[in-house]
Amino acid sequence: MAIKDYIRERFFPHMWCPGCGHGMVLNGLLRAIETLGMSKNEIVMVSGIGCSSRISGYVDFHTLHTIHGRALAFATGVKMSRPELNLIVPMGDGDALSIGGNHFIHACRRNIAMTAIVMNNRIYGMTGGQFSPLTGYGAMATTAPYRNIDHGFDIVQLAMAAGATYVARTTTYHVKQMTEILRDAIIHEGFSVVEIMSQCPTYFGRKNKIGDAPEMLEWFKNTTTPIGSKAKQEDPSLIERGVFVQKELPEYCSEYAKVVERAMKGRS
Amino acid sequence: MAKPKLKAHRIARDWCKGCGICIEFCPKKVLELDTEAKAVAARPEDCIVCKLCELRCPDLAIEIETEREGANHE
Repeated sequence: MAIKDYIRERFFPHMWCPGCGHGMVLNGLLRAIETLGMSKNEIVMVSGIGCSSRISGYVDFHTLHTIHGRALAFATGVKMSRPELNLIVPMGDGDALSIGGNHFIHACRRNIAMTAIVMNNRIYGMTGGQFSPLTGYGAMATTAPYRNIDHGFDIVQLAMAAGATYVARTTTYHVKQMTEILRDAIIHEGFSVVEIMSQCPTYFGRKNKIGDAPEMLEWFKNTTTPIGSKAKQEDPSLIERGVFVQKELPEYCSEYAKVVERAMKGRS
Repeated sequence: MAKPKLKAHRIARDWCKGCGICIEFCPKKVLELDTEAKAVAARPEDCIVCKLCELRCPDLAIEIETEREGANHE
């Protein structure tokens, strides 16, 4: 299938700003799904609220556009009742880690098979550029006109500590890596977290004087490095990208099926 | 396997928002913005079919059509 067969063309051109990284995540995700040769009926996309979460309207899978921060809770419900379906949960940084912070860590801890994609643009774009838990110390936002004094989360460290069994980070600049990581995350049997650093030229780029979309991509290229690279040893401020964790642990739905079996003691 | 040969840059003008990502990161500087701020292939003869513009376009507006692929469609 061509990637256009996976979208709802009637809603295009999409509502994201010119140069928005979320469109690039959509592009990369569709290519990952195309490589896997999945049919539209075996995928459920569940999203919450925010610019990023509008992605579910554009894809022609089973889609649920739910409430702020609670996409993972809805997705858990879907997965528990239909474990054969593939759940993809794209979220923004604020949606996933501020409003939905608790859902996020507990979904990681349960190791339920689904793919959480954090489209991290470090700002609340839809509501006007307020700082998020990922904005980071010293950055500018509409609500931090004298610079932000909150320290940001490290999504990768958080997901690892909470027990996710697949954790990766990439950027919208590194599109081929993005597609490969998303492909592996989707087929991983457990809870996968993929942080994709995404650009918001309208708010984060403008407020922090990084520039337009191409300049922000250039910035991702220059401030990130593959895990364990020599460049990282020389400049510890570089952000590492790649696969941080990939391990097998008992998956929640299959464990639950065993509980049912134990409780039924062989009766049907 | 034969090297894919460029047939055309199919650019959806109504989907393109003129962000300039395809232009900036084209290794051969094939693309340009026209007077209506839409991406156009100004130098298609230089295209090496790396498809980075198609992969990076946030608006899914670019499709690189190659000779081999074109033959499959017909």
